[in-house]
Amino acid sequence: MTKFSAFTLARNALASNKSWSRQWRNCAPRTAYDAVIIGGGGHGLGTAYYLAKEHGLTNIAVVEKGWIGGGNTGRNTTIIRSNYLYDESAAIYEHSVKLWESLAQELNYNVMYSQRGVLMLAHNVHDVQSATRHIYANRLNGVDNEWLGPEDCKAFCPPLNISKDIRYPVMGGALQRRGGVARHDAVAWGYARAADRLGVDIIQNCEVMRIDRDANGHVSGLDTTRGYIETRKVGVVAAGHTSVVMERAGLTMPLESFPLQALVSEPVKPVFPCVVMSNTIHAYISQSDKGELVIGAGTDQYVSYSQQGGLHIQSHTLEAICELFPQFRRMRMLRSWGGIVDTTYDRSPILSKTPIGGLYVNCGWGTGGFKATPGSAHVFAASMAKDEMHPIAAPFSLDRFRTGRLIDEAAAAAVAH
Amino acid sequence: MLLIDCPFCGTRPELEFHCGGEAHIRRPERPGDLDDEEWAAFLFYRSNTKGLQAELWHHSHGCQRWFNALRNTVTDDIEVTYRMGQARPDPAEVTTQPGSVDGTAGDVVWVMADAGGERP
Repeated sequence: MTKFSAFTLARNALASNKSWSRQWRNCAPRTAYDAVIIGGGGHGLGTAYYLAKEHGLTNIAVVEKGWIGGGNTGRNTTIIRSNYLYDESAAIYEHSVKLWESLAQELNYNVMYSQRGVLMLAHNVHDVQSATRHIYANRLNGVDNEWLGPEDCKAFCPPLNISKDIRYPVMGGALQRRGGVARHDAVAWGYARAADRLGVDIIQNCEVMRIDRDANGHVSGLDTTRGYIETRKVGVVAAGHTSVVMERAGLTMPLESFPLQALVSEPVKPVFPCVVMSNTIHAYISQSDKGELVIGAGTDQYVSYSQQGGLHIQSHTLEAICELFPQFRRMRMLRSWGGIVDTTYDRSPILSKTPIGGLYVNCGWGTGGFKATPGSAHVFAASMAKDEMHPIAAPFSLDRFRTGRLIDEAAAAAVAH
Repeated sequence: MLLIDCPFCGTRPELEFHCGGEAHIRRPERPGDLDDEEWAAFLFYRSNTKGLQAELWHHSHGCQRWFNALRNTVTDDIEVTYRMGQARPDPAEVTTQPGSVDGTAGDVVWVMADAGGERP
């Protein structure tokens, strides 16, 4: 595999870019590994990378039912921020943002993390109070967040309509300047390439049909569509399909999976400088480097694995976008799609051991897992390697549903994460 | 948007309904007898089925009554709707029965046996 540098770029450009080597090997499964990650999205590939890089576990594999990055990693709206209310959430998301800031160098792969700022709008008195509370809570946790009045919001994001006579006037906004967007596919590819380089086998088109245990109840192996794999350590990082995979180990999960939709417009010249989110009227928007407006809609109300949602969900979001940004009323939408997100009742993730020895699970990221990719992978890898949950991951255990120590970002954030 | 056969009103657009999640989860008869594990299972753990799932729906902008639906979570097809208190039907035994209620193609309304005085 060729390391990316100015020198290799120039040399390959002169050679008409015909001599680049494969980014990662297309592996067939071996019969045994020290550890196996189920799920080849950003979180799973990242977990494998950190297991290999920081914990010396290189005889490991990532097994993916489809192709890597083909699930929610390739379907999200790429927003990155860490301005969560509770200490536990702020810790894990801020850990992630810090890793994002150096991820391109770490992976020798341009993940295009652009800290263009995430502005979360307030439309009523309650929003203002909630945003202010978030800002102070964030600052106490070392997370940057600041309040902007309507005129400052307009100065920061000129397309924003701050007139007072719209249905939900903008009363201000909370701005996290270190937040932004990244290139989602590059995250999957960057982690895959870096993990492969350390010896990790990435096995695609390989579905796990059964997770086996030995006589002591410890994980012993995986029955897959590409043969049997013996292993004593398994990490399930299967996002929307976590319940399905865990059922194959005989476990039920405190999860429900919903379709979450997103859409992009036709590409236009640079017109939108930041990320704007509105939880109250439920819209979020940014502009990709290709020029498309990237718009996030909501989830459908029912459990579904269909990877498509109702059109009325998109309409609802577009109505809000058109009110906030009247100049986009004549934009045409190019594509829309859905991803299946696994949500918990407190809208916080699960990073946990399970009742089965050697079986770990990282799921429940719901509607906002992309931003957490590096942080989640990093602490989950440490937890798997040491068989002891990393301090940042520990509060997100399955046990919290028994003890009642929920991390209720559902109440704190209402919808969009 | 789903078209949903309310067993009381007929086929209506999804916007009139609120989904109440997985059906046939009974609130414990004697809550005091439950330990934390059992409470967690009752409150938070769900089958989250990929395939046929029984779920609660509320016709919130219609008759305001709750009923159950058997829906395929892969295709989102609603196989059958049936009243509260009825056992989960076996989809293999559901016969298409165009009754007094207007069903869409492929959908059927569960024709209930007489509820026998039980409040539907």
